[in-house]
Amino acid sequence: MTQIVIANYLGSGRVVFLAKGSGNGSVSWGELIDTAEVATDEDRATALLALAEADVAERNVVMDPYLIDVEEEGGSLRPTKYREAIRALGPTVRQDLGKQAEGAEA
Amino acid sequence: MYRYDEFDHALVQDRVTQFRRQVERRMKGEISEEQFRPLRLMNGLYLQLHAYMLRVAIPYGTLDSRQMRKLAYIARRYDKGYGHFTTRQNIQYNWPKLEETPDILAELAEVEMHAIQTSGNCIRNVTSDQYAGAAKNEIEDPRIWCEIARQWSTLHPEFSFLPRKFKIAITGCENDRAAVKVHDIGMIMKRGAAGEVGFEVLVGGGLGRTPFVGKTIREFLPKEHFLSYMEAILRVYNQLGRRDNKYKARIKVTLHETGKEEFTRLVEEEWEAIKDSTLKLPKEEVDRIAAHFHPPAWKALPNDAPTCDSRAASDPEFAAWLRHNVEEHKTAGYAIVNISVKPPGEPPGDVTDVPMEAMAEMADAYSFSELRVTHVQNVTLPHVEKEQLPALFDDLAKHGLATANVGLVSDIICCPGLDYCALANARSIPVAQELTKRYTLERQQEIGDMQIKISGCINACGHHHVGNIGILGVDRKGEEHYQVQLGGSASEDASLGKIIGRGFTQDEVIEVVDKLLDTYLELREGEEAFIDTYRRVGMNPFKERVYGTA
Repeated sequence: MTQIVIANYLGSGRVVFLAKGSGNGSVSWGELIDTAEVATDEDRATALLALAEADVAERNVVMDPYLIDVEEEGGSLRPTKYREAIRALGPTVRQDLGKQAEGAEA
Repeated sequence: MYRYDEFDHALVQDRVTQFRRQVERRMKGEISEEQFRPLRLMNGLYLQLHAYMLRVAIPYGTLDSRQMRKLAYIARRYDKGYGHFTTRQNIQYNWPKLEETPDILAELAEVEMHAIQTSGNCIRNVTSDQYAGAAKNEIEDPRIWCEIARQWSTLHPEFSFLPRKFKIAITGCENDRAAVKVHDIGMIMKRGAAGEVGFEVLVGGGLGRTPFVGKTIREFLPKEHFLSYMEAILRVYNQLGRRDNKYKARIKVTLHETGKEEFTRLVEEEWEAIKDSTLKLPKEEVDRIAAHFHPPAWKALPNDAPTCDSRAASDPEFAAWLRHNVEEHKTAGYAIVNISVKPPGEPPGDVTDVPMEAMAEMADAYSFSELRVTHVQNVTLPHVEKEQLPALFDDLAKHGLATANVGLVSDIICCPGLDYCALANARSIPVAQELTKRYTLERQQEIGDMQIKISGCINACGHHHVGNIGILGVDRKGEEHYQVQLGGSASEDASLGKIIGRGFTQDEVIEVVDKLLDTYLELREGEEAFIDTYRRVGMNPFKERVYGTA
């Protein structure tokens, strides 16, 4: 299994990912999926989600965190479910909007 | 059109102030998301797939050029340059920021608009016929009654926490352009035996996972009892409606489970107790509201329009636009113009700021500054001089707004689907885009009247149940799949479509529509519309063509 934590920024509502390096006493959020901290086992995934939920309560910058399944493809992370892939990249019908317009790749 | 009085202004301004404070408290962490969610939803603010989404009410679909310009400005200043007109005469912005939402609401309040009751288990924006005040066979302007309903239902203390959301549609004539029969309450204006004006009252229509066509519970309601009867219906629903299961909480299920006869008896009993109360509408109050809907200063014109006729004789594109996008007006020398905001390949209902402003300009130039948004996600100019139609057509064409496809294959109703919506199971817009690009206008005109409606999930915001061809996106084992239904109609002959059989991939469903249209063209008799051919021949010929077997 490979999982990452996805959430929304409170102020902008934008989709964000629990970023690499989170978990060592600090939590940060990144806007592109490839910046996400990856869990490759269940314990790590549970720990990342707990970290995200604690950050919701403590810093109040994100909301609604949850885990999604991803796979690595050509050096990039890609959600395995199409719903999450659309969420991670932007509307498929408006390629000029969302993260796909800001450097993320399908 | 209706103009706010001091109470309306105060109410909307107070709500902006209140929401601004709520947002501040949320941003400071003084209230949790769980506490804040119902507050933001009361102000039309959802959290969708990519960002927040703000739903703004366009009461009964009527707006003036000043309001349309404000919608365009908000799209440009606070969003990503576009908005989405919905099947309930609202507009949705897909990318607002929470911190800026109070500013958006303040901007809306400046032009007498708001987002109150565009979400939540309350009475939503009352919708109506986009031809209101202009329709040739209209008995009275239904917007008078929509406005009365709006005032009655806004912040109604008894009906702010209903078992589920509640939608009302009202039409002023026998032609149903507002999908009245698939609303929780549908009111159809009609005349009584002595010529007096009243309403046929339908209850329990709706789409979603349990679709029903509304049932008539009163053949004729004198109009002075308009409010008391609705209040009686809402009271019965508020008491009987299920709160244990949100999927069984709409009034359509209450009516179904209670039985029409018993439900009607309960409503009539409640009504007897309140019908002569303060809810009985005094004529002076109705007249006060009606004064806001006085017709514009139409000129006395001949009905002939030689300039228009001559252009039509020499310009086939203009002639096609006249045929499909222009309707008879009740006043000589005037016409109703439907602006298709669905050029080939574009998401149905999405309009960017520049065309919005262009339509506002054209409303000022040609239609007494009035516009309407329609439940089929187009825009209407209700009062255009016939002799001005060629000039209007040219102006529309300059802005890509002269597509002559109203009521045709590419005039598709489509929800935002999984490209935007957190509830969706599949994308709907790409299917619509593919279909709108597939058929030339000539081919569409050959096919004739057609309502294709596409939803990205069973909630049916794209009205697929009442499409002549309805398409429903589903998730099948992690893949987008599409079910096809045939035989639905949202008009006065409302009917629910039937599923043709197993579903299809996105590519396949486009081919399936081809086959359905080919079958219809082979089977139709004379000028018969698709829906009439389907009703005459049934499902089997279509099924045979699609699957190779019935």
